[in-house]
Amino acid sequence: MVRVIVDGTPVDVPAGFSALQACEAAGKEIPRFCYHERLSVAGNCRMCLVQVVRAPKPVASCGFPVSEGMEILTDTEVVRRARRAVMEFLLINHPLDCPICDQGGECDLQDQAYGYGSGISRYQEAKRAVTDKNLGPLVKTVMTRCIQCTRCVRFATEVAGTPELGMVSRGENAEITTYVEKALTSELSGNLIDICPVGALTAKPSAFHARSWEYKKTDSIDVMDAVGTNIQIQARGGEVMRIVPRVNDEVNEEWLSDKGRFSVDGLKRRRLDRPWVRVHGKLMQASWQEAFVSLARRLDGVSGYQIGAIAGDLCDAESLCALKDLMTSLGSPNLDCRQDNAWYDLNAREGYLFNSGILGIEEADALLLVGTHPRHEAPVLNARIRKRLLEAGRGGFPIAMIGHPLTDPTYPAELLGDGPEVLEKLLDGSHAFAEILKTAKRPMMIIGHGALTRPDASAIYDACKKLAVQTGAIAEGWNGLNVLHTAASRVGALDLGFLPGTRGRNASGMLRGGVDVLWLLGADEFPIDKIGADTFVVYQGHHGDAAAARADIILPGAAYTEKPGTYVNTEGRVQRSFRAVFPPGEAREDWRILRAFSEVIGKTLPYDTLDALRDRMAEVNPVFRQIGSVAQPSAQIEGQGASASSAPATSAAQEEGLAASAFRPVMQDYYQTNPISRASPTMADCSRVYGPVRAVAAE
Amino acid sequence: MNTHQTPQEQPDSFAFDSASEAEIVTVLAKYPEERKASAVMPLLYIAQRQMGRETGSAWVPVAAMDEIARRLEMAAIRVYEVASFYTMFNTKPVGRYHLQVCTTTPCWLRGSDDVVAACKRVTGIAGFGETSADGQFTLTQVECLGACSNAPILQVDDDFYEDMDGPRTVALIEALRKGERPPAGPTINRCGSAPEGGRKTLMDSVHSISENK
Repeated sequence: MVRVIVDGTPVDVPAGFSALQACEAAGKEIPRFCYHERLSVAGNCRMCLVQVVRAPKPVASCGFPVSEGMEILTDTEVVRRARRAVMEFLLINHPLDCPICDQGGECDLQDQAYGYGSGISRYQEAKRAVTDKNLGPLVKTVMTRCIQCTRCVRFATEVAGTPELGMVSRGENAEITTYVEKALTSELSGNLIDICPVGALTAKPSAFHARSWEYKKTDSIDVMDAVGTNIQIQARGGEVMRIVPRVNDEVNEEWLSDKGRFSVDGLKRRRLDRPWVRVHGKLMQASWQEAFVSLARRLDGVSGYQIGAIAGDLCDAESLCALKDLMTSLGSPNLDCRQDNAWYDLNAREGYLFNSGILGIEEADALLLVGTHPRHEAPVLNARIRKRLLEAGRGGFPIAMIGHPLTDPTYPAELLGDGPEVLEKLLDGSHAFAEILKTAKRPMMIIGHGALTRPDASAIYDACKKLAVQTGAIAEGWNGLNVLHTAASRVGALDLGFLPGTRGRNASGMLRGGVDVLWLLGADEFPIDKIGADTFVVYQGHHGDAAAARADIILPGAAYTEKPGTYVNTEGRVQRSFRAVFPPGEAREDWRILRAFSEVIGKTLPYDTLDALRDRMAEVNPVFRQIGSVAQPSAQIEGQGASASSAPATSAAQEEGLAASAFRPVMQDYYQTNPISRASPTMADCSRVYGPVRAVAAE
Repeated sequence: MNTHQTPQEQPDSFAFDSASEAEIVTVLAKYPEERKASAVMPLLYIAQRQMGRETGSAWVPVAAMDEIARRLEMAAIRVYEVASFYTMFNTKPVGRYHLQVCTTTPCWLRGSDDVVAACKRVTGIAGFGETSADGQFTLTQVECLGACSNAPILQVDDDFYEDMDGPRTVALIEALRKGERPPAGPTINRCGSAPEGGRKTLMDSVHSISENK
């Protein structure tokens, strides 16, 4: 620790700190534009000038290392005048278009001009203008507003791993550009908008829609992937206007994937806003009462074994728990949350979690990706892998992958092979990467759904587990055998035991006439046409997607922005979101629909309030008590265990060991993977712009 | 406004020829393998000179920069940044002869305005950064070339023509037009930056270099 004196107050800071960080530690606010704590230091805006005693002139505090006994003055006349001068320089070429700028109200330049500027400009000459760039369907540019802080360049290069932005030319002509006109290919490009301190980079889809001070802000959890990104939903007048990330260093730092940010316009389109009942082969609008009564009539006399439920990828744990309880009360053991027919090791919670945690990536020193492409499946987590790679330095964090990625993973990764047969070579040590894993102190393996949705998933998992034990990836105090989920609801559903009970059918078993009545809770990502022709389908969800068209009864539910919910992310972290807006029309929160229906059939679920339901969830699995943290592993879970794990997940092929075929990517099109993103015109735009490139890359 | 807008007409591909390849080998040998990105500037020059040889216009097209990025395993944008930062890399096509007039203070005081005016008059170029109608000459304004003792300077491609004035500029351009390359250096009677007309001091035979031997 080093002792520095900031404005007369001594503070102890670590030796590597910069003067700016020391000032922050002392509680002093230092204005800045180019400095960002998660990016490298550039030191080119000069706004963070402070005075250091015995230094001949003001120093840029962001790049000035602290030393023992250093005295920093942040509020002297010299500093104030230096800031005013820098501010005047920055504003020379900045247009005065704040009234029509989307950044207005949340603009660093605006705020700091008020706080530290002089209020007048002496500049009489012509301002420079810069042509706007086309960076694709998500990021709008007004380059004349740019102050050349290069945050976006550093973000694209360091965090996103797609070095496409740069500062070309020099002096008066310097500008931020891609040079060759192209759309940014990053799945994290929306973060450029947050990181830009001025209005040069703003959101294209929501341009000129609203002002930052008009929003009602609600904390929530992103459901577009299984990372559990902490988000803030910003709504105006009952309409979700935009979604921005919240800071959570353990999960998403301060990033958010493009799908999570820009799918918002999908929340307004193709919504199910009233119940529908199929009468004589045609869906007719109905009241809740009519829908419930006709459903109750259909269920009357049907044996529990002939009723099944499949849960989708975006469900909150509350509705999963309520549906499970309803099915149990109907006597049905046919429950499944794995609409993609994934296989998990259900003997313990570790079998389906990202055990090392997302933070654990920063401790790992070798990584093997098996059948996963984190760049698409979890872009924010992928940024963490890249962060670790940059921290470790050259050769410090070797990464290998099995299964050909659709796009560049954003870090150098050795491709070991296309299929699981490479695992055998790694196991017998004949492959060179086995040695790397063995010598690593904290090796990590990430198994994706490219592996877990195959018929030989259990053999692949066993091979991985064996390899993990062999290489020390599973050791005292370290579990580096990780499952990367793609569905936000999956871990929560597994924790609740939303799985086939004794003699229950799994998801594929319920298709092709396996059950008479099939209850789909937001489940759309499976071959709908495989549902038996005589099966009576209840679709409870929020979007009129594939499954709703097949449904006999539609019960309109709430999207994730419209209900308080609990989500468990891929590392087993239980997180809660709040309601930002109300569901449209007659749509209702999903657990309330289930609770209301249970009363109609005389099997009333024993909870009337959200709190009572959450108590029930904690009763099913105590992990639901530990909000916000990665829950400790719990004992046996109801509905899970021997009977569930031995239930045939897909076919008998599982027993036969590793198959030779190549891993297939989990998602062909990153931008359209669920009912919300498929309803979003912005995501459709992205899919159109980025789609063909992906198709070529896949060949 | 932005001077470095990428020109519309770009060659589709670029490949280093054998002469360039030989140079590249020499250049790359100077840097450790993992630091080979340092070779970006020499490679840009090699590409620019090759374009000069092949097309008569020494410039670096985007295809060449992409090829350099690929060879040096660096992001293409990093090459674009370097090429656009330095004025000696031409990111737009230039004429057969690239006339670079220094107009910084010493040259200006010594009459660079006359040199500029002569260039414009003889080539028919209206302003800086433009190329003559016959495609032979491009006129560029450059900052201090570091040869102030021989001001004013007119740099043609890689050669300095020193101690210029209006008439000698006209003569030089006429010679270039005929395909001649007058010897580079001072255009008046002096050697390097020594005094005009020969030595002015140390004339004494005692001090002469030959006697010291």
